[in-house]
Amino acid sequence: MSILYIVLPLAVVLAVIAVSAFCWAVRRGQFDDLDSPAWRMLDDDDTTRG
Amino acid sequence: MPATLDPTRADPASCPAPTADTVCAHCGLPVPRGLIEPGADQQFCCNGCRTVHRLIRDNGLASFYNLRDHAAASVKPAQVTGRRYDEFADPKFVDLYCRDAPNGLKTVDFVLEGVHCAACLWLIERLPRIAAGVIEARLALGASTARITWDPAAVTLPQIARTLDSLGYPPHPLRDRAGQDVRTREDRRYMILTAIAGACAGNAMLLAFALYAGMFGGIEEEFRQLFRWVSVFIGVVSLAVPGRVFFRGAWAAIRARTPNLDLPIALALGAGGVAGVVNVAVGRGEIYFDSLTVLVFLLLIGRWVQHRQQRRAADAVELLFSLTPSCARRVEPDGQVRETPIEAIEEGDVVEVRPGDAAPADGRVVEGASCVRQSLLTGESRPVEVGPGEPLFAGTINLQSVLRVRVSRTGRDTRVGRLMQLVEQGARDKAPIVRLTDRIGGWFVMTVIAFATVTFAAWATRGVGLAVDHAVALLIVACPCALGMTTPLAMAIAIGRAARRDILIKGGDVLERLARPGVIVLDKTGTITAGRTRLVHWFGDASLQTTVAAVERGCSHHIARACVEAFEDAWNHDPVEADAVAAHPEGGVSATVGGRRIKIGSPRWVEASEGAAPWLDDARKVCDDESLTLVLVAVDGAVQAGMAFGDAIRDDAADAVARLRRDGWEVTVLSGDDPALTAAAAARVGIDPAQSRGAQTPEDKLGRINAMTRDGGHVVMVGDGVNDAAALAAASVGIAVHGGAEASLAAADVYLDQPGLMPIVDLVETARRAMRLIRRNLAVSLAYNALAVGLAAAGLITPLAAAILMPLSSFTLLAMTLGAPSPETRHVDPLHRPAPGRGARGHRG
Repeated sequence: MSILYIVLPLAVVLAVIAVSAFCWAVRRGQFDDLDSPAWRMLDDDDTTRG
Repeated sequence: MPATLDPTRADPASCPAPTADTVCAHCGLPVPRGLIEPGADQQFCCNGCRTVHRLIRDNGLASFYNLRDHAAASVKPAQVTGRRYDEFADPKFVDLYCRDAPNGLKTVDFVLEGVHCAACLWLIERLPRIAAGVIEARLALGASTARITWDPAAVTLPQIARTLDSLGYPPHPLRDRAGQDVRTREDRRYMILTAIAGACAGNAMLLAFALYAGMFGGIEEEFRQLFRWVSVFIGVVSLAVPGRVFFRGAWAAIRARTPNLDLPIALALGAGGVAGVVNVAVGRGEIYFDSLTVLVFLLLIGRWVQHRQQRRAADAVELLFSLTPSCARRVEPDGQVRETPIEAIEEGDVVEVRPGDAAPADGRVVEGASCVRQSLLTGESRPVEVGPGEPLFAGTINLQSVLRVRVSRTGRDTRVGRLMQLVEQGARDKAPIVRLTDRIGGWFVMTVIAFATVTFAAWATRGVGLAVDHAVALLIVACPCALGMTTPLAMAIAIGRAARRDILIKGGDVLERLARPGVIVLDKTGTITAGRTRLVHWFGDASLQTTVAAVERGCSHHIARACVEAFEDAWNHDPVEADAVAAHPEGGVSATVGGRRIKIGSPRWVEASEGAAPWLDDARKVCDDESLTLVLVAVDGAVQAGMAFGDAIRDDAADAVARLRRDGWEVTVLSGDDPALTAAAAARVGIDPAQSRGAQTPEDKLGRINAMTRDGGHVVMVGDGVNDAAALAAASVGIAVHGGAEASLAAADVYLDQPGLMPIVDLVETARRAMRLIRRNLAVSLAYNALAVGLAAAGLITPLAAAILMPLSSFTLLAMTLGAPSPETRHVDPLHRPAPGRGARGHRG
C-alpha cells in the first residue's frame, strides 16, 4: 500500500492544476459574460477578430 | 359625466385592427394603415425601420433577418435618432471615456439602446464590415454593452456612433467604467474563492471516506496518519484562503462591537481548525476537516449567489445612468451649434436647449420663449413660462420651443449640484439597522460559548483531553452554517424575482426593512401623478379626435403635443390632413379639415366667437375640482368638444394606496407643489388630506424624514425628483419611481423600472415572503442546533455524526428555500409596460 505515498500527493497536485486552470479562465474574463458566447459560436460565415 | 380617456388605450372601434398581412419588413410589427405604400413589395412601420433595412441590405448582411426569426425574440421598431454625435470627438469626452489600446488603436465602451436578441449580437459584431476603420466590436448581450476597438487614423468616433445609430442602436458612453471594473473584479474574486473552497471540500471528503472506512474496517496507523496529515494540509488551505472571508467579517464585528453572523461561524472554523491541527500533531483525537471544508464551500456559494444578484441590479441602474443624455448643444462664436459633453460646458457659454431636452446648466435665457417643466427640481406640476432674461435651472425640461441660454453656473455649483450635496447629508443621517441574522449571530455566540464552557466543566473530571474534545465538537456542530448559507440565498432569490418584474433592489437589507409595516411617504408630482401634461378627460363628440390630432400635429405647444400623443393611434389608422393651420397667440389654433372650419383653444378665445355647449358647466366644474386646463374644440362656429389637460393621477395609485393601508402601512404625502393641489391629489387616491403637506423644499423633506426616523419610526420614502433625492437617501428605504431624475435614482435603494405605484405593493409582498422564509429557516436551523448541542454535550458527537448532521441541516434548509412557493405572477398589462427601449435592457430576467 505504500503506493499511497505517491498517489495521494499526486491527487492533490491534480486538484491544484484543476483549480489553477479555473482561476486562469476566470481572470481572463471567460465567465464574465455567459450569454453572448453561446450565440457567437453559431456565427459561421466570417470572423471579425482582428 | 365626462368619459375618462386613457391615451394608451385607444377605443377599439375607432382604430380598426391592422390586417395581419401588412407587417414591417424590419421589425415585424403591424404597419399602420396610413403608412402602407401601395405596390411596394416591402412595407415599413416607420422611417427608422426603412433606413435600417436599407443599410443592412446594402451591406450584404441580410442574414440578420433569418437569424432573428430563429431567435424568436420580441422586437420593436428601430429607433434611429439621426444625431450627429459630434461631442464624441471632444477632447473632454475622449479623456473621460476612451482608452488607448496597443498599436495606436483606441477602445470605448458603449451602452446600446435597442439590443434585444442574438441577431443584434450578430449584426453589431459585423460593425467592422459596415464602418471601415473599426477593428473589433464585442457585445455583451445581457448588459447591452459593446466594446468597440477602432483605428483613430481611419475613422472618427462620431462616424462609428452614427453608424450604430443608423442601425437602430443609439450608443451612449458607459458612464461608470471604473465601477463596472471594480464589480467585475469582485465577482471574479468570489468565483475563485468558491472554486478553491470546492476543490478543498471535495478532496477532504474523499480522505474522510478513507478514514471512516478505516475506523470501521481497521487501518494501519501509518496510513491513518498520512491521511490525517493530508487532511490537515487541505483543511488549512481551505480555512486560510477562502475561509479568510469569515475571519475578516468576524474581526470587523469585534472591532465595531456589533454582532454579525460571521462571528459564530468564525468561532466554529477557528476552534475546529486549531483542535484538528493539534490532534494530528500529537497523533490522537478527532479531526473535523471534512465538515469544516464543506461548510466553507456552502457558505461561499450562498454569498456568491447573493453578490451576483445584487450586482445585476447595480449594473442595471448603472446602465440607466448611461442612457441619460450627457451632451449639450453649445453655440460657437461663429454661430454654429455643436454637440459638446456636458463636462466641457463653461460659465459664459451659450447653449441651445431644444424641446424635450433638459437644461445642462443654470443660466439665463438670451433668446426664445418657451414653457419649461420644473417638476423634478421643485415638485411643481404646472409648466412655467420663461422668456429672455429669465433664469433657467439645470435639469428643467424644455417643453415647447428652442431656447438659447447663457450659462452662469455649471456642475456642482448648479441648483441640482447643491441638492446633490444635500443628498450626501441625507445618506450620512441614515439610521443604521442591525439585520435579523446578525442580531441572532451575537446571541448565538454567547449561548454556544456558555454551552461549551458547561460541557467542558462537566467532562473535566473525566480528563482534560476528553473535555476539550467534547467542547470543540460542540463549537463545531453548533455553527449556524445552514442559516449562514440559506439567508443570502433567500435574499438573492427575492432580488431576482423582483428584477424580473422590473424592480431593481440594490441591497439585501432593504427586504428586511420593508417586511415590517411603517410609514410610507409619497411625493406627489411624478409619483402619485405621471409628472407630465396629458389628456385626462374628453367631453363631447368623440369622432373629432382624429381631426384634433391633424390640426395639432403642426404645433409645438405642449398641450398640442399631449393631444398628438393621445390621438396618435387613431390618426395613424385614419389619417386626415389639416389645411391653413394658424396659431393665434391669444390662445388657440385654427385650421380647415375636410372643408370644416376648426378652432381649438382656451375657453375664452373659442367661446368669444362660438357660443356655449350644454356640457360646458360640467366640464368647468371637473376642471376646477381637479385643477386641470380646459381646451375647447369648435367646428363651423359651434363648440362640439372639450378636452381637459393636466398632470393626471396614475391609474393604479388609489388601488396601490388602498392595498398598502390594508397591509398596515400608514401612507402620507410630502410634495413641493401647492398645498391645496397636494391635498386634492391625496384625497383622490384615498389619503386623508390632513396627512399631506405641500410647499416642501428639499430641505423640509429631508428634515421631516429625519424627524420621523429619529422617533424610532420606520420610514419608506417614494419619489422621483431631484428635490426628493436627499429624503430618499435619509429614509429607511428610498424608492425611486419610473421616469425619475438621475439623482433620485442614485440616492434610492430601490428603483421601479415600470410606471405606476403597484410595483411598491409587489415589492412589499416580496420582502414579506423573503423574511417569512428566513424566519422559518431560522426556526428549523435552531432545532437542528439544539439537537446537535444536546448530543455534543452528552459526548455523543463523533466527526462522523457531525459530517452527517451538518450537511443534512444545510440541505433541509436549502430545499426549503429553493422549494418555497413562488408567488403567482401578477398580470401585467402590456400597455403599461415601459416604452420600447427601456425595461428590457440591463437585466435578463
